Amino acid sequence: MNGTINYLPIVIQFVVAFGFVFSTLLLAGILGPKTGGVVKDLNFECGVESMGNARAPFSVKFFLVAILFVIFDIEVIFMYPWAVNFKAMGWIGLVKMCFFLGSLLLGFFYVIKKGGLDWE
Amino acid sequence: MGLEALLIEKTIIVVIVFIVTLTIAAYSTYGERKVAAFIQDRIGPNKAGPYGLMQPLADGIKMLMKEDFVPQQANKFLFHIAPGLSMLTALMVSAVIPWGKTIIIGGRSIPIQVTDINIGILYVLSVVSLGVYGVMIGGWASNNKYSLMGALRASSQMISYELPMGLSLIALLMVTGTMSFSEIAAQQSGWNGMQWNIIYQPIGFVLFLICAFAEANRTPFDLPECEAELVGGYHTEYSSMKLGFFLFAEYAHMFVSSAIISTLYFGGYNFPGINTLYEMLPHNIVTLIGVGVLMIKTLFFIFLFMWVRWTIPRFRYDQLMNLGWKRLVPIAIANIIITAGVVLLFDK
Repeated sequence: MNGTINYLPIVIQFVVAFGFVFSTLLLAGILGPKTGGVVKDLNFECGVESMGNARAPFSVKFFLVAILFVIFDIEVIFMYPWAVNFKAMGWIGLVKMCFFLGSLLLGFFYVIKKGGLDWE
Repeated sequence: MGLEALLIEKTIIVVIVFIVTLTIAAYSTYGERKVAAFIQDRIGPNKAGPYGLMQPLADGIKMLMKEDFVPQQANKFLFHIAPGLSMLTALMVSAVIPWGKTIIIGGRSIPIQVTDINIGILYVLSVVSLGVYGVMIGGWASNNKYSLMGALRASSQMISYELPMGLSLIALLMVTGTMSFSEIAAQQSGWNGMQWNIIYQPIGFVLFLICAFAEANRTPFDLPECEAELVGGYHTEYSSMKLGFFLFAEYAHMFVSSAIISTLYFGGYNFPGINTLYEMLPHNIVTLIGVGVLMIKTLFFIFLFMWVRWTIPRFRYDQLMNLGWKRLVPIAIANIIITAGVVLLFDK
């Protein structure tokens, strides 16, 4: 087997998995009882009356983690082709990768020193 | 070979893998409760069927018959698709795992693997990272403060631990030189089935294991569902089969992670003496023994997941983030450098 045909079974698996998920959710929606009510349909808030909704500001730290993840994860992905061809590239490849890793680590230490990953 | 034959053959393998995944995931819920009961000196579920073996079935039926509640303030469309997305990604990962070597039927040698793509590891990483969407969308669409907090925690935890996971796999790739799961499994059949990658990558294995726990949201990394602070975390508002899918996806994820750990680091379907056995017994029988061996390894790791859950308390959130970013990432980078040096000096 070669090339694109190898991805065909993934499509088959997707169809089977999607069919299972969709039909089960549909079945659950049909089978279950339905009782509504103004108070019942409100969001859960530990038994006390709901205050507003959840479209409220949240800690910027979560956003910072997401941004840092995007930066570092892309750099990690860059290392995959090198890792696969590592033995063929030998010492020269390693030295080059050390420069890349060095700049990555420089940014990493900057983030840590800046307190970008501190949670109080 | 003809395209029809390939399609039929692959569909059969897909369906078998699918059923096995669902069955093992369902019985993991039963196993989890039995293990918990054993550790806490209780009996555990024992009413439904002999030894409570019908428990997963009873749970499934109960989930199906419950009311499918949608909060009035929720974002309806996103609320409906989130659990499906979670389950779908958990079920898609198993496509690249080689469950056994090959089976010979009518002169055709069929690999027991849904597909052998040459970027298997990248496929796994990408599909696993899609799992964040189910959690994030579910928590946000519920329009509930607890769900939102749970979803934020879960997603930043999952993306944080994806980083060391990717880095630990790089060190493994430097040893194997390929991203195809079947080739990685085949390489480990050296020394008569004992040349497992754990020998070359002990640190990488520990890193990968820790990250697998965090990715599956299992204790000690189960802060997203920290019931003392967040009620139920991102699935607070969910009920019926939607809740079932969120919980079930965790078990499916656990099974697939265990199978991946076994394949990458513990020789997959290889066992000591496999090559000798291939010369002595018929090909298909040895292959089936190999499938059984992989299942035993996988079940052991599922047990490890449960064992840890009922033994270790959960982290605080700042501890979790510090461990991920300030400990695991530097260790993983050091592991890459050390592996590079050792491989180049001794040429494996």
